[in-house]
Amino acid sequence: MAEDTKPAEKEKMTIVVFSGELDKAIAAFILATTGASMGMEVSMFFTFWGLNILKKNEGAAGGKGLMGKMLNIMNRGGTKRLKLSKFHMFGLGTGMMKQFMKENKLPSIDEFIQMAKDLGVKMIPCSTSCGIMGLQEGAFREEVGSLAGAAYFLNEARQSKVSLFI
Amino acid sequence: MKADQTLDCVGLYCPMPIVKTAQRIKELKSGEVLEIVADDKGIKKDMPAWCQATGNQCLGMEEADGEIKVYVKKT
Repeated sequence: MAEDTKPAEKEKMTIVVFSGELDKAIAAFILATTGASMGMEVSMFFTFWGLNILKKNEGAAGGKGLMGKMLNIMNRGGTKRLKLSKFHMFGLGTGMMKQFMKENKLPSIDEFIQMAKDLGVKMIPCSTSCGIMGLQEGAFREEVGSLAGAAYFLNEARQSKVSLFI
Repeated sequence: MKADQTLDCVGLYCPMPIVKTAQRIKELKSGEVLEIVADDKGIKKDMPAWCQATGNQCLGMEEADGEIKVYVKKT
């Protein structure tokens, strides 16, 4: 590691994705895909509203019990339903932002998720958040890895040179 | 500057030039040079940083008519 060459062991990067808004999700995926392209081993931990990014667009809303189902119907999630944190304006602002991104050849959030998967980025839903929200692994899209808890995240984070909370 | 391969990133913004460079460089042999053509100014800072992180060598840049050509030698 002393020389300016490739380190024998990959550097690590961890991101906590707490937010479920489109703009914050894009920021997280830009950093994750860039980190992976820079040779880092990237793990993204999705917790609370961040889980909405990983939920399937189609199918039932999921959730255990009446309250769980109600929660997931009101908080449906899926990339199609993500809103901007500002200027959503009943969908007008978010639609415009998607259009601007397309015009500027920026990948969509779905393309970012696929790209992250192809680059070996691990996308891990937080098991506690899933428990609270009554979500099972089947609620998430296929790119998503298995559930893990805070200890797994912290073990990755303590070995990481870059650790972010979005 | 002479290059063995060219990667066209004109019209692409961060992070796409970096993601594409990282993929394309795998096709090169050690010692070969990749030319990246881009028009996002961020690449002037991003590509040397990427080279530093990955251990590849940034040989230099040329800028003309709003296009930036960056030369990266695979180590």
